[in-house]
Amino acid sequence: MIRLSAKHLLLLKTIIHLGSLVPLILTFYQAVNDQLGGDPVEALLHFTGIGAFNLLLLSLTVSPLAKFLKIGMLIRTRRLIGIYAFVYALSHFLSFIFFELQLEWSLLISEIIERPYITVGFAALVILLLMTATSAQKVQQRLGKYWQKLHNWVYLSALLIALHYIWSVKSDITQPIIYWVILIFLLLLRKDKFIKPLKKTKKTTKRLA
Amino acid sequence: MLIKKPGSSHIKEHEVTDESIYRGRRQILKSMGFVGASALLASPHSQAISWFGKDDDEVFVTSPLSFNSVDKYKSDEKLTPEAKVTTHNNFYEFGTGKSDPAAKAQGFKVDPWTLQIGGLVEKPLTLGYEDLTTRFPLEERIYRLRCVEAWSMVIPWIGFPLASILSEVKPLSSAKYVAFETLEDKEQMPGQRSRFVGGGVDYPYVEGLRLDEAAHPLTLMSVGLYGKTLPPQNGAPIRLVVPWKYGFKSIKSIVKITLTDREPPTSWNRLIPAEYGFYANVNPKVDHPRWSQARERRITTGGLLSRNRIETKMFNGYDEVAPLYKGMDLRRYY
Repeated sequence: MIRLSAKHLLLLKTIIHLGSLVPLILTFYQAVNDQLGGDPVEALLHFTGIGAFNLLLLSLTVSPLAKFLKIGMLIRTRRLIGIYAFVYALSHFLSFIFFELQLEWSLLISEIIERPYITVGFAALVILLLMTATSAQKVQQRLGKYWQKLHNWVYLSALLIALHYIWSVKSDITQPIIYWVILIFLLLLRKDKFIKPLKKTKKTTKRLA
Repeated sequence: MLIKKPGSSHIKEHEVTDESIYRGRRQILKSMGFVGASALLASPHSQAISWFGKDDDEVFVTSPLSFNSVDKYKSDEKLTPEAKVTTHNNFYEFGTGKSDPAAKAQGFKVDPWTLQIGGLVEKPLTLGYEDLTTRFPLEERIYRLRCVEAWSMVIPWIGFPLASILSEVKPLSSAKYVAFETLEDKEQMPGQRSRFVGGGVDYPYVEGLRLDEAAHPLTLMSVGLYGKTLPPQNGAPIRLVVPWKYGFKSIKSIVKITLTDREPPTSWNRLIPAEYGFYANVNPKVDHPRWSQARERRITTGGLLSRNRIETKMFNGYDEVAPLYKGMDLRRYY
């Protein structure tokens, strides 16, 4: 087993901070100054949306990678990556409200209710919000076993985002499909996690029968 | 003698971002890999190339056109800057990203070109490259362009009415529709080579109009914009512009116009019939199944903070076409 020193961890976290924040701030800066191509709103929505999905998938890669490389400390970068996934997703949602809908609140509500791809995207955001709000260690300790239950919703959130993405494109589904493949691969790495509870329920139903 | 009258459409000097600055900005963006998240996964090659700026080496050369400005088609609306009109395009033959056509179409060959007009006509006609800009008197028309994706532009097109062609070829009485076809050239159009680049559209791209729509004085065959010949990303050397319909009806780089007695197939309708109909008239009351069409974002100058959300008007504000659809249920014929 390789040990990651505190120094290494700090370096990794610094890279995550910079790698997430710098592009986000730069993109907003360019969008405000009309330097983001023909339609800065569309460019910003794409950037923040894809960015959120990239970061979420990266956070789901951390634990299989830590296992594979046998570097347990790597897990300690996961929360930070997850929080940045939420930051990007929130930027995506706020960009939609402020720059796409331009604060037309009645439309925001009807869009979330009536447009399925927006409904699922919003649901994914709510899950990420709950996870971020309960990400502090103190909260984790207080919530006990419920914390893990809540944070298992991340898989649903990822699936909803993949659905939101493939549903939102006009006809060019190549890229959304690539994302689906990556996500399914990441979920398959955890198949035991999903199968165990299923087996348990089967046993209980048998016993009951 | 050539008389060139600059119209009111000519954008004021201070409103225009200098081209070199604009390109410079794009280069910075590209070098950081920010142009189009799509480039990250879909085409690693083009990404690698753009990092080194190779795809900017070749720039398609447009040339000035002689034309008249007609008062009727002038406009007080703020124009979309040329730099945006020519870099924010849907032309899936060159990729599905908005900046793909400008990046990948610069080497497109338009001369020689052949545009064949035939089908149910008395006198079929074939136009060569030179004919496109010389055979019919050119005029400048400022039209609103409303994309089905709920954004819009205001563009000074140069062209001539499609009616001029129709009156020359003399449609037979059996002719009821006009079918249009884009060039098919897999060598030059990467989107036609691979369905992963071309968004799954069945090429060549085809479009159609009813004969009375085609003959309407607003229906324009465009050969230029902003006083010059069209760049490839905007549909060089000749394209259709039907300002009261969603942008995808305005087919680009046309090689064939055929008069028919039956409603011709149209590309987006074939791809997703529930979302795109034959008529595709701009209509704020009929939503796209996945998004609202009640409003649009007008793309002009100004970045993120400009308040550019406006109401979409019936027929994109071109009320004079309403009689064409009298008695038709536009919810059904979307």
